[in-house]
Amino acid sequence: MNTAKNARYLRRRFWNVFNLGMAMATTLFGLFWLVWILWTTLSYGATALNMELFTGDTPAPGSIGGLRNAFVGSLLMIGVAVMIGTPVGILAGTYLAEFAQGSRLAAVIRFFNDILLSAPSIVIGLFIYAVVVVPMGSFSGLAGALSLAILLLPVVLRTTDEMLGMVPGTMREAALALGAPHWKMIVQVSYRAARSGILTGVLLAVARISGETAPLLFTALSNQFFSTNLDKPIANVPVVIFQFAMSPYPEWQHLAWAGALIAAMAVLVLSLVSRFLIKDRSPR
Amino acid sequence: MSEPQKTKISVRHLDFFYGSNKALIDINLEIPENQVTAFIGPSGCGKSTLLRVFNRMYSLYPGQRATGEVLLDGEDILAPGMDVNMLRAKIGMVFQKPTPFPMSIYDNIAFGIKLYEKLRKVEMDERVEQALRHAALWEEVKDKLKTSGLGLSGGQQQRLCIARAVAVKPEVILLDEPTSALDPIATLKIEELVSELRNQFTILIVTHNMQQAARVSDYTAFMYMGEMVEFDSTHQLFTNPGKKQTEDYITGRYG
Amino acid sequence: MDDTRDAELEMRMVAVPSPAVPSRISPARSRRLHAMDRRFRWLTGGLAFLVLLLLVGVALSLFLRGWEAFHHFGFAFFWSDAWDPVTENFGALVPIYGTLVSSLTALLIAVPISFGIALFISELAPEWLRQPIGSAIELLAGIPSIIFGMWGLFVFAPVLGSAEPWLNDHLGALPGIGALFRGPPMGIGMLTAGIILAIMVIPFISAIMRDVFLVVPAMLKESAYGLGATTWEVARHVVLPYTRTAVVGGVFLGLGRALGETMAVTFVIGNAHDLHISLLDAGNSIAAALANEFAEAFSPMYKSALMALGFILFIITFVVLVLAKLMLWRLGQGQGKVGL
Repeated sequence: MNTAKNARYLRRRFWNVFNLGMAMATTLFGLFWLVWILWTTLSYGATALNMELFTGDTPAPGSIGGLRNAFVGSLLMIGVAVMIGTPVGILAGTYLAEFAQGSRLAAVIRFFNDILLSAPSIVIGLFIYAVVVVPMGSFSGLAGALSLAILLLPVVLRTTDEMLGMVPGTMREAALALGAPHWKMIVQVSYRAARSGILTGVLLAVARISGETAPLLFTALSNQFFSTNLDKPIANVPVVIFQFAMSPYPEWQHLAWAGALIAAMAVLVLSLVSRFLIKDRSPR
Repeated sequence: MSEPQKTKISVRHLDFFYGSNKALIDINLEIPENQVTAFIGPSGCGKSTLLRVFNRMYSLYPGQRATGEVLLDGEDILAPGMDVNMLRAKIGMVFQKPTPFPMSIYDNIAFGIKLYEKLRKVEMDERVEQALRHAALWEEVKDKLKTSGLGLSGGQQQRLCIARAVAVKPEVILLDEPTSALDPIATLKIEELVSELRNQFTILIVTHNMQQAARVSDYTAFMYMGEMVEFDSTHQLFTNPGKKQTEDYITGRYG
Repeated sequence: MDDTRDAELEMRMVAVPSPAVPSRISPARSRRLHAMDRRFRWLTGGLAFLVLLLLVGVALSLFLRGWEAFHHFGFAFFWSDAWDPVTENFGALVPIYGTLVSSLTALLIAVPISFGIALFISELAPEWLRQPIGSAIELLAGIPSIIFGMWGLFVFAPVLGSAEPWLNDHLGALPGIGALFRGPPMGIGMLTAGIILAIMVIPFISAIMRDVFLVVPAMLKESAYGLGATTWEVARHVVLPYTRTAVVGGVFLGLGRALGETMAVTFVIGNAHDLHISLLDAGNSIAAALANEFAEAFSPMYKSALMALGFILFIITFVVLVLAKLMLWRLGQGQGKVGL
């Protein structure tokens, strides 16, 4: 081997090691932000945690309080959003996987569903403002729930479509061969086979909407007081965090961090549970 | 084939493991230089595994390991200090299916050359042409060197891959069932090509097709269940096998 | 299931006219079951169609609500940098500029880092480390964006602010691009927004890159290794060209995300309706303007101008996302051509 060749080879080796080293460094860099942000949330949030958080309502500036009304409002809106968005998403996904499998229409709907999935959530909030808040004449918990339902729908639709697509065709044929009508076959066989996958999709969707702030800003607005009335503005965790964090009052900022910690934990737990469900299902 | 050949690769007590699964058992073999050696046997017998030991391809995958000795011109390629990149410059490989890189025909050939040599444009053109001629592909592609290699037919793609391997000027070429994805006419062309290359390179070919082994090779190794059953000149092995197992296989009694 | 088997039986019975055999199910019942089938099909089909209606509805309602502003200001709305609620003079230039610049800054940072992460996970990391690192990075994507905003404002901005004098002195002295780095060292502004957006889109882009890298046939990579190429050379000359379109698609998907991201940006971009070249200056983005001002905009023209901004944001992200999906979809098509 002559020296020119050898030099070339050493240069290749150097760039290989250098670039692979950079790849490793970028990974550490990515993890670094994750740790920093989680650590910030944890340390700021933990000092603000106490029982008052769950028993008191959002306080006036300068006094002590909690986030009870915001938690209740958020749970209420998420609950309504799930009740509206889940059946719609599951049924629409059923159409794609069971009736329109492979058709052009299904491809088009899948395509635009993915667009809806990635559309900016604040735009969805504007849409609900235009079609619900304005006609109703008031910001309301219902409007907030509807905007969350629109964010949840495409996630559920997509996972339902994918999960039903994984149900073996032979299982369907076996049911149809017994003379079962199509809808019965779907409800009793396909849904049963894809149940945990669809549930995972719903959990992922709930994780997604439970941290959403932007679409609630001008649909649910917020409410300083405890309310379960969905016709009227209602307190919710993300908007309260936003308002309190941006405020000049230290008590409010503390509450914002406590709320942020709890929101982050909720999202974390939901995604861990859905991950666990995915793992649980895969061997079968 | 009566005079003794110089040995290119000697394999001594080679064992191979996929995790805890032993895939090759105590292989011993002397592969002669500038001859075609075929490896035959039923699928799963370890013939492809053995081939992937010669260029250390297996070392890409954690959990796969080889023990024993494989000497290339007397140097143990399994030794821990072995530089696999330089080893692979000396030992080219062609796979079951054509694998043109997602670039032009010209760049497919130039890619390998550029790894080792810095050439001027004229020299590079020359090397590319030479390699394509070697693979009997030049006449078919000389007018479309800048088009994607993916636009060629399956047989042409496979000859492109052979040209790509030859361009680096290796000493040994490994062919892993190179015609299994091709039609009979394309297969014939590849076989002719192997015959033309036989005097310049040591060629090792894995094939599931016994007729192919008989047609193209000088020596044949018959493997079964990870063991080397018989290794002899192709003529000898097919006309007068020394082992009952070999005879059963070549007469079609199993596999 | 009993009734249905009977329905089958029933149908066979009808074919053979033998009134002597009494049937347990009436033909009416069998017809009803089939009508159910039809109705179920229509219900699911209608709801699937709802997805298309929603998208059209979003575009249409925003456009109609924004019409007043579009009509009143004409095309000047797009290039006017005015934003004065008192005199009701509105233009979209500053928020559009801020949206694009902060998102592009984010991509400049996020793309190489995402590529590194994807490369590490798909080609380098030992098997046991791939899953945990992948999950950890994905975890970053799950953190609610408002937390990025708070962290950005309270923790990151002061840190960046203390580094900005250095940027002023060094990068700011460069000719040309130096103008981007001359400005008040407050830690708040488009650079901060861009960096935080980068952190937010890294998980998306790297996850897509990793997924498409794993699609590259092992045999193709082995062919390059077989010539003696190094891992980096295989990644650079084989893996990347093979997945190029999908990689760009993934980057566009990340861009779509960055363009519409609201809360993280609102906290740190500065909410100033002035046009500045410098990345260190405060600016605004469409989403941040909406989040800050919409609930308090009382005059109809003010609301309409914000709706018009929303419409512009929707159209920009729609185009970016459609391009992204088309490019990701082509990877599946391209694969067949290689014959692997």
